[in-house]
Amino acid sequence: MAAAGEIFRSNLTELLEESHSGDNELHVLAVDDSLVDRKVIERLLKISSCKVTVVESARRALQFLGLDGDGENSDIGFDGVKVNLIMTDYSMPGMTGYELLKKIKQESSVFREIPVVIMSSENVLTRIDRCLEEGAEDFLLKPVKLSDVRRLKEFIMRGEVKDGEKNSLKRRRSSDDCSPSLSTTFSPMRHLCDPPSSLFSPLSPSTLSSKKSRL
Amino acid sequence: MDGKVQLQKQLFDYTASLFQEGFLDNQFNQLEQLQDESNPDFVVEVVTLFFDDAERILNELTTSLGQEKIDFKRLDAHVHQLKGSSSSIGAQRVHEACIPFRNFCTEQNVEGCLKSLQQVKHEYSLVKSKLETLFKMEEELLASSLADLKVV
Repeated sequence: MAAAGEIFRSNLTELLEESHSGDNELHVLAVDDSLVDRKVIERLLKISSCKVTVVESARRALQFLGLDGDGENSDIGFDGVKVNLIMTDYSMPGMTGYELLKKIKQESSVFREIPVVIMSSENVLTRIDRCLEEGAEDFLLKPVKLSDVRRLKEFIMRGEVKDGEKNSLKRRRSSDDCSPSLSTTFSPMRHLCDPPSSLFSPLSPSTLSSKKSRL
Repeated sequence: MDGKVQLQKQLFDYTASLFQEGFLDNQFNQLEQLQDESNPDFVVEVVTLFFDDAERILNELTTSLGQEKIDFKRLDAHVHQLKGSSSSIGAQRVHEACIPFRNFCTEQNVEGCLKSLQQVKHEYSLVKSKLETLFKMEEELLASSLADLKVV
């Protein structure tokens, strides 16, 4: 009996260690209805040393997170899977990425804290604004590049460190290396602990230029 | 050894021409960056997925445009898919051919759609054949390198 108890306890420790291993390995949940894009994003993330789970729909994503159907949110523990970042395509049949974003942000638990990034092949300003207002961390223009993933990963990992100084450094740097035309990404780079103020986030030059080009 | 250098040069020149002529764009380079010893066939695998996907969609588009009553919304959704996947692998000309196609779908212009479909099919068959040639050259180069290793 005592032996069984020991085994149980050591497994428990392992499980807890795994769920706290976010130190080096980020676990990313990627959602995309395109098979080609799923393969690419999976590889992009794996080569960036992330643990990856790829699903083909928003429904499946919610299922994976344990947010689908029964309404009971399991705490991070035995059943819970720790996800550090969700990357979702915007246009998907059934539930869109935008709807998935809203659902996650409506959760009154740890799930709401998970940063959600929207990916889209269409550079539509109203769409971008809507997503950011709903709490998306970033909006990536497809096709997603290695540099996008690297930047995201850096941001998420730093988000784990509550350092305001680092954050302002990040903002300055992100405005310095805004890449032109092809891979315009809107990056408010909000710190996870900042109060939701997406309407008043400083706009990076890349956004301003993309807004200007639309006038 | 000479043969191998020849192959390398051929491969290099051929690849360069595909970029110059706009068949491939930078996204293809991105894919190559994702290939390594742990995933040595990544590019071929993704491109093959694209071929399967594209052919399925082109068949759907052909069928849809042959209907009595054309569902333009559905048509547009398929073109959007093809536009996306071609962009993801760097098949630039296919991607670009999808743009006017989408516009015709929105306008519900059957003639325009039919012409666009022809154009997309044409670009697709071109890039498919070129990529297949490229992969064949890579295989030959690899085989030649392996043959070199066997020489004691």
